[in-house]
This record gives sequence, C-alpha cells and structure tokens, in this order.
Amino acid sequence: MAYPDDRNYTKDHEWIRLSGDIAEVGITDFAQQQLGDVVYIELPDAGTKVTAGQSFGNIESVKAVSELFAPVTGEVVEVNDHVKARPEVVNTAPHDTWMIKIKVSNHGEVGALLDSTQYQGLLG
Amino acid sequence: MVPFAGWDMPVEYTGITAEHMAVRTRAGVFDVSHMGEIEIAGKDALKAVQRIACSDPSTLEVGQAQLAGLLTPDGTFLDDMLVYRMGPSHFMLVVNASNAAKDYAWIVEQVKAVSDAAVVDSSSRYALIAVQGPASIDVVQPLTGVPLADIKYYWFAHGEVAGARATISRTGYTGEDGFEIFVPPNVAERVWDAILQSGRSVDIVPAGLGARDTLRLEASMRLYGNDMDESTTALEAGLGWMIGWTNEQFIGRDALKKQKEAGVSRKLVGFEMIDRGIARHGYQVVRDGRPVGVVTSGTQTPYLKKAIGMAYVPTDVSRTGSEIEIDIRGRALKARVVPMPFYKRA
Repeated sequence: MAYPDDRNYTKDHEWIRLSGDIAEVGITDFAQQQLGDVVYIELPDAGTKVTAGQSFGNIESVKAVSELFAPVTGEVVEVNDHVKARPEVVNTAPHDTWMIKIKVSNHGEVGALLDSTQYQGLLG
Repeated sequence: MVPFAGWDMPVEYTGITAEHMAVRTRAGVFDVSHMGEIEIAGKDALKAVQRIACSDPSTLEVGQAQLAGLLTPDGTFLDDMLVYRMGPSHFMLVVNASNAAKDYAWIVEQVKAVSDAAVVDSSSRYALIAVQGPASIDVVQPLTGVPLADIKYYWFAHGEVAGARATISRTGYTGEDGFEIFVPPNVAERVWDAILQSGRSVDIVPAGLGARDTLRLEASMRLYGNDMDESTTALEAGLGWMIGWTNEQFIGRDALKKQKEAGVSRKLVGFEMIDRGIARHGYQVVRDGRPVGVVTSGTQTPYLKKAIGMAYVPTDVSRTGSEIEIDIRGRALKARVVPMPFYKRA
C-alpha cells in the first residue's frame, strides 16, 4: 500500500494530515499489519488536551493492545465515532481512517515529523 | 514468525480472524510439531503412568486417549498432557513444547523409583499436523484408507495418510471436530501439502498460533503457563473432571483430596465483559480497588465477537452471574462470571 505524500508520519506509525489548524490523525498501513485484526479502539472525548509523544488512546487487536501516541500537541476537536463502532476499517483502509482531529497548537511540530519518503525509509 | 520454546512458529498466515472462522465453519490446518512426545513402555508401564498422570489411565483401552495433569506432590501442574494407550504396556504422552525437557526429567525420576519401564523422549520422531473444523473428515478421508468415521472422539488409529505412516487421533485444541496426525518428520511437508490440496474443496486455510489461542479460549481449554502452572492446583483450575479418583497411585492425590475436603479459596472462572473493554492475561481482578485475583487469558474472540476470558477469583464470586471488576489500564471495568465453555459445537 502506498504512503500518501499529503501528510506526515511518526516513528510510532501514526499519520497526521493538517488542513488549516485542524489535523486528522490515524495509524499507518504498517501499523495495522503489525497489529492484525483490530477489534477495539479507545479514544479520548472531544475537548481533551493531548501532548506530542504522549498516549491519547489504545488500539486493540485480537492478539494485543497498543497505545496510540499523539503526533503533536493540541486539543481534540472531533472523534471518529464510526471507527469506534467499526474498528475493522482500520485494517481495510488505514490511510482513509482518521481517529481524532486535533486543533494544533504549533504548526511547526507537524513539519518536523517524517514525510512519506522518510517514513518508508524507516520501514526499510 | 515468533520464537516459541525453541521453535519458529507462525502467529498467523492470513489473519487470526479469518483462520479462526475457517476452523469454526470449514477447516484449518495447524503445524503443531513443536508438541513433545514422551513414550513409556515395559512391563510396569501402566503402573508408571498411573503414578504420573492424574487421570486414571487404567481405564484406557488400547487406541484410546485422555487428558491428564502431570502434577507435583502439591497437586499443582507441571504440565497438562494427552495420554495415549498405544498398547497394553505402551503409552505415549503428548506434552507442551515449553515443558518437554522438564517433564521428561521428572518422569524419568518418578518412573525409576517405582517400576520396570523405559521412558523415551521421542519428540524428534514425530511431526504433528492438526486438521480442525467441521469439514475435517472430508479433508482427511480422501488421503487415507483408515475409515475415519469409525474413530470416536478421543480415540486414534494407525494407518497411512498421503502415503506416510501415521497415527490419526480424533482430538484437538479448538473445540471442533478434527484429527491430529502424527507422521515422521521427513514426510511432514508432503503430508501438509496433500492436506492443503485435499482441503481445497472446503477452502481450508493454514492456521497459526494466534488462531489456536483464540479457538481454544472460546472452547475454554486451559493453556499451560496462562491458566494453570506450578502454583495452581487441578481443583482451582476447574479441572476436577480430569482427576481420576479411582487411580490411587498418582502424585498429588493426597494434596488434592485434602483440598477437595477443605474447599478451594479461589477458582478459575470464565467471564464476559459487561463494560466496553478487553481484559488480557495478567490484568488484575479488583474489589474496592484492591487486587483479589488475576486474568489468565482474555481477548475479543472472532466467532463469539465478545470480550471474554478466564480469571482466578475468590470463591465467593465464582458462581455464574457474579459480577467482578477487572482493572483495565487503570479503570475498574465490570465483567460477569459465565459458564464455560463459552463456545460448544453443535
């Protein structure tokens, strides 16, 4: 699967796509492959403050639970209820499935993350 | 692939859910060659096996198998195993890979003390391929002249499978009908390929450790190292049915008898989450914020599509319907004690 170049990536295998002040956050195709069948996603409520590099939720597959890490600092403005109800969409369309939208405090944090080429370099 | 007791084992081929569903609805094939085999033969073989197996192997006919615990004098588990009666004075024990060396040393020591019997670790002589699922018989029958319908559950027969010398056992670790096929390692790949080929008509899939774990959990089969170990007794683990009280020789009997009379203070129960969340191995069962028990196995299972698990809980909340709380990453979430097995085939 391609890693779109309209967004940035983290070493923890999240992606973030910024539009104005609002960033969509999801996990990468590599991450969903590692997790296997996703069965449950625990996300914060809108209004929650998140900090770059800190856990904002959990994603569980049949075999394991993993933390979700905020790529940037900001405030959660929207939560994707659809993905909470149907977590398997993360497996089928990881790059089309945002989990939360963050109102970004510092745009510079986004630019400092990996681009598509760098991220794919990390995957080797 | 993951390292597992010295073996490289696949966790999944196509995905745990797909493999799990294939076994529940059609058929799946597992390479479980890692399992250990220990054979005991000789004049006093039965006496030896009566001493180390907590079941009553004297009730076994030749061609029959039973589940048993290999217990310490305290009645706790060194391992669990399948006891096969290969001949009047010849038994084969199928044990967990991670315990095979420990089991063998223990058995040799125990048998030496009582009897005229030889103990052989024959693990390297057998590959083990498990075909599991309602269509198992349709997959295996074209490959063998042995009439499989005549093999009853927990019985076995010798014959050929795909031209290889085989022992075909109607057993498994999935809660489905199926066959576990012992073959010489040098022809295992051929047998595996023949099974996949024969299984095309039912869309058979190869299945890995991941599905093996979720399938056995739905069927409430205990996993050594998770659900019982050297710190838990057969009675605490809810495996009283495994104990052959008519066998007066087995190690651990006195301790279990005392515990049975006194009653257990904790018990392994099955639970289903009430609150949204998935309890996993090692999570604590809490009461008023304090730990009172521990989850031994748990996940969201593919067929039942529920978050289920097993946990040791104090006896006063072990009855069906009791509510318990499980600490899931800092939050005490409600679960309900339910009867096991969670899943039983029709």
